[in-house]
Amino acid sequence: MIFLTETFAWLVDPANWVGASGIPTRLAQHLLFTLVTLVVAGAIAVPIGFAIGHTGRGRSVAVATAGAFRAIPTLGLLTLVALWVGIGLNAPFVALTVLAIPPILAGAYTGFEAIDRKIIDAARAVGMSEVQILLKVELPLGLPLLIGGLRSATLQIVATATLAAYIADFGLGRYLFEGLRIRDYGEMLGGSVLVILLAIVLEGVFALVQKLVVPRGVTAGRPTDIRDGSSRSRAVMEPAIEEGNNNVHSK
Amino acid sequence: MTWIWLNLDLIWDRTFDHLVLSVPAIILSFVVALPFGWLAHRYRFSRAVVLTTVGLFYAVPSLPLFIVLPFIVGTSIRSPLNLIIALTLYGVALMVRVVADGLGAVDRDVRQSATAVGFSGWSVFWQVELPLAGPVLLAGLRVVAVSTVSLATVGAVIGAQSLGSLFTDGIQRGIQAEIIAGIIATVLLALALDGALVLLGRLLMPWTRRSATGAVSRTSAALLEATI
Repeated sequence: MIFLTETFAWLVDPANWVGASGIPTRLAQHLLFTLVTLVVAGAIAVPIGFAIGHTGRGRSVAVATAGAFRAIPTLGLLTLVALWVGIGLNAPFVALTVLAIPPILAGAYTGFEAIDRKIIDAARAVGMSEVQILLKVELPLGLPLLIGGLRSATLQIVATATLAAYIADFGLGRYLFEGLRIRDYGEMLGGSVLVILLAIVLEGVFALVQKLVVPRGVTAGRPTDIRDGSSRSRAVMEPAIEEGNNNVHSK
Repeated sequence: MTWIWLNLDLIWDRTFDHLVLSVPAIILSFVVALPFGWLAHRYRFSRAVVLTTVGLFYAVPSLPLFIVLPFIVGTSIRSPLNLIIALTLYGVALMVRVVADGLGAVDRDVRQSATAVGFSGWSVFWQVELPLAGPVLLAGLRVVAVSTVSLATVGAVIGAQSLGSLFTDGIQRGIQAEIIAGIIATVLLALALDGALVLLGRLLMPWTRRSATGAVSRTSAALLEATI
């Protein structure tokens, strides 16, 4: 319980909220770094993923690569790149971009693959060009899964950016390592709480966006289900309701 | 290269430490995920609660969890037990969804036929639903195994020994070969456990051998990648 009060005391201490090592600065570094990495990884992965999803070629290569990347330990890649390019922000940037690519790539092409082929054929039949099919049919329908890929990439970046404080003086991870080094429980727990909160907030934002980007036609869809449901209930319910209504009117 | 030959003993010791962390975590993930996955599959209300909870757990970054967990469960930060619990939490978070999806994919007619020929609810689960969900569960467990092995290395920065210690030691002493050896050993270990799971799957589910489960599990792995 003493740890709880120490953590709380550290979190509300005004001294921790100002300056170059203050919580706002570190939080901003963490967020900015996450955003930049995500954009760069997305710029590489999304076009490739779309190409794979649209043409259906190179899928097995992408699956195998994604699987192999999952096995590569983040910390190993981080330390190896740090040895090559030196301590600082470059190493985590390179390592994290590489790690963020597979989930985004997978999100991009599985989004396209999940689309009913008949829809693509219909689009082609009404005379859409390949570019139109890509932008007006596949992109909106595949967007929720792409956002899902971006979501898991973001979580991974936030987590690994914390780890990156091991080799670079930046981000919320600094508090964890500093707290561990000087055995300041308040600092390491406070820092941990901040990172966890950040991750959960981002997760929530992405979950929301993922729901919002589902095209309206898709959520309204499944006409057969709706017809099934309504006709069945009508067969049972309608006479009773009409009788009731008639009674009310007649009185 | 010479560093690797001179330090094979060290690599072997760390590999053993790594196994001690990851194998119990993988097994526990499966065991713990089964009832929760069933709960998520069975009732609409518990589905929302369980899946949201595991989703949030999965979002928690590993390093902060390794640090916070000891203060919650009372282990010491560096103890293997702390890491095993944390890794199990991640495994469960991944696996619960897979169990729920796998059970959900079992044909309803099959379930009803089983009930009709006299299976009790308990034996429908163990003898019909679970074996039929098997290939999906296996695909999920393979993902859990690989990511657990990879994640276990992170413990090295807080002083828990594993193959990750080769990374922290390598960067501190500037030995590139040590880090590369660590990466290779981690990937090989992940592949070995993955292969072991595939073999185990063939032993336990001989009927999947000739069917198209390879394609099925590959698709579900890709979907896992995108949705989790």
